[in-house]
Amino acid sequence: MASTAGTAPVAVDAKPDTGRRRGRTGYLLILPGLAWLVLFFVIPFYSLIATSLYDPNGSDFRGYDMTYHIQNYWTAIQEYWSPLLRSLAYGAIATLLCLVLGYVLAYAIAFKAGRWKNLMLVLVIAPFFTSFLVRTLSWKLILADDGFVVDLLQTVHLLGEDGRLLATPVAVVAGLTYNFLPFMVLPLFASVDKIDPRLIEASHDLYASSFVGFWKVTWPLSLPGVVSGTLLTFIPAVGDYINAQLLGSPNQRMIGSVIQSQFTDANNYPIAAALSMILMVLILVMVLVYVRRAGTEELL
Amino acid sequence: MSQVAETASPPAGDTTYDGLRLRGVTKSFGAFTAVRDLDLDVPRGSFFALLGPSGCGKTTTLRMVAGLETPTSGSITLAGDDITYAKPYRRPVNTVFQNYALFPHLDIHENIAFGLKRRKVADVDTRVREMLDLVELETQARKRPAQLSGGQQQRVALARALINEPEVLLLDEPLGALDLKLRRAMQIELKRIQTEVGLTFVHVTHDQEEAMTMADTVAVMNRGVIEQMGAPEELYENPHTTFVANFLGQSNLVEGAIKGRGGDVVTVDMHGIDVSIPAARSHAAGDRGWIGIRPEKVLIGDPGEDLDAPGNSIPGGVVTDVSFVGVSTQYLVRMPWGQELQVFQQNTGHRRLYRTGEAVELSWRPEYAFLLDISQDASAGAEQED
Repeated sequence: MASTAGTAPVAVDAKPDTGRRRGRTGYLLILPGLAWLVLFFVIPFYSLIATSLYDPNGSDFRGYDMTYHIQNYWTAIQEYWSPLLRSLAYGAIATLLCLVLGYVLAYAIAFKAGRWKNLMLVLVIAPFFTSFLVRTLSWKLILADDGFVVDLLQTVHLLGEDGRLLATPVAVVAGLTYNFLPFMVLPLFASVDKIDPRLIEASHDLYASSFVGFWKVTWPLSLPGVVSGTLLTFIPAVGDYINAQLLGSPNQRMIGSVIQSQFTDANNYPIAAALSMILMVLILVMVLVYVRRAGTEELL
Repeated sequence: MSQVAETASPPAGDTTYDGLRLRGVTKSFGAFTAVRDLDLDVPRGSFFALLGPSGCGKTTTLRMVAGLETPTSGSITLAGDDITYAKPYRRPVNTVFQNYALFPHLDIHENIAFGLKRRKVADVDTRVREMLDLVELETQARKRPAQLSGGQQQRVALARALINEPEVLLLDEPLGALDLKLRRAMQIELKRIQTEVGLTFVHVTHDQEEAMTMADTVAVMNRGVIEQMGAPEELYENPHTTFVANFLGQSNLVEGAIKGRGGDVVTVDMHGIDVSIPAARSHAAGDRGWIGIRPEKVLIGDPGEDLDAPGNSIPGGVVTDVSFVGVSTQYLVRMPWGQELQVFQQNTGHRRLYRTGEAVELSWRPEYAFLLDISQDASAGAEQED
């Protein structure tokens, strides 16, 4: 008894010093990340806002004057509201398709794949080993007017004699769905895989049929994956310009293509920057509303 | 091999039996047979324990009753209805799962209400509050399972199953994750609730003490078959197999040659000493057997001392180990034939303590001994994983 009482105060003395040092180490560890953020996010972001407020009469050669020309935003919306809305619609449809396809796939990998689980996950990621551009170009071949898909659809009369898939919204949405599916599957899998199958058994034991058990237990428990998956799909899909450009026609032009051409072809930096800002704000608002409604604020 | 409770065993095919009945139930997973040709009758309103080491098939049996596994062959009836292939959500059976399996996304109130809501029962809230009251968790209704302690989660799991008033409540090692003190408290609690609600409880456990304190009928299961079934004291006092003798408490098993079966007594030659065993406690065929005696039934005394045990008296022992555990003293005594026997002596103060190396004499009353078949492994069930 006496010996244990004697050693106690010594241990207490050593504590405060290590605590202070640990605090300093914490701040030091934040530094690289902070520097990265300032250099590659804060500064470009500031530059983007500034550009969107430049005098639109400037050009690459003459330079731009800072005139706080808020009118740029109004011009951008008036001229490009239709590709803007189209992008949101295409992005939403592609995200929904990804969710349906991805959920089935993630569920199958998590619960039914057994020892093939890892192989199937590798297969989900495998397309990433080839370039995004090459994969989208090969879709051009698959959906081509003389390709087998169009042939088949024409024989079963789902497509008219001179009907086509390329240069239609179907092709663009299909391309978006294909390209962003892995971004949906991976977070979904991470969420579904964590669900204890005994919880599903418990739901059946408590009078829930397979469907009700899914709806009341599996689905709510996978919501974090659903939310992060849809965000990871929707955000880049809305801003995407490759799919619309390669698989669509000017009628399927998405906002990404508009911004790109404003920057590179038209050299209209202020309008391009304003469009970027509008897109960003729109997505941010939609995401906030969505996450609030899904009740998964802790993800943000 | 299968046994049916001696109390109630109407013939198979009788559809009027109001309890849970398993007939010839076998479950195989590939080449492995988890449960083999099992017959079981669980009377309505009883507290029934399925006791056995891990991997003995007890959980598989429970899952078949719950509908979470389908038997390879055989039938399960409940109050005369065949439920062998019924979906789990279509049978009046609820389970308290080993890890509780509480829904983490629902609060305590919603967890308990889950079953009632699926069946569209009226007045869910009132009944949930009554149930919360029964398990003494009224103040925790709006908490999530993760915010509760192990014992509280256990009570939620119990309430979530009980509220449905199932014909049979299945408990799959429900106290396994609790510490010893809490486990004892919950055992008493469970027993109280069972008496209060009067439902049939089927309790799966590997803890023999738990099974014996709680259940009114215990079935000891080993390698997919039921070794013996009966009231706890019956199983303990008169085990029929070496597995039961070792798994329920401890036993001294000494090899002996059966000399004669006369009247209601069997006489056995135990290494040159004749001991007698009541015929009702003899479960050995052939001319050899294991003489079994519980350590607390063995008396220890000085050589030649007149111990209170008319009958079997075995001289020539030497104390090889003494463990003083407070309420009792546990001795290991080496017998002339080289085997060490266990002896528990109550510390009543009337007997003196023996020291290692002292010569002693052992004795026991014949009516406490039992005789088991020599073909069985004397160490079966002795090593408990706990």
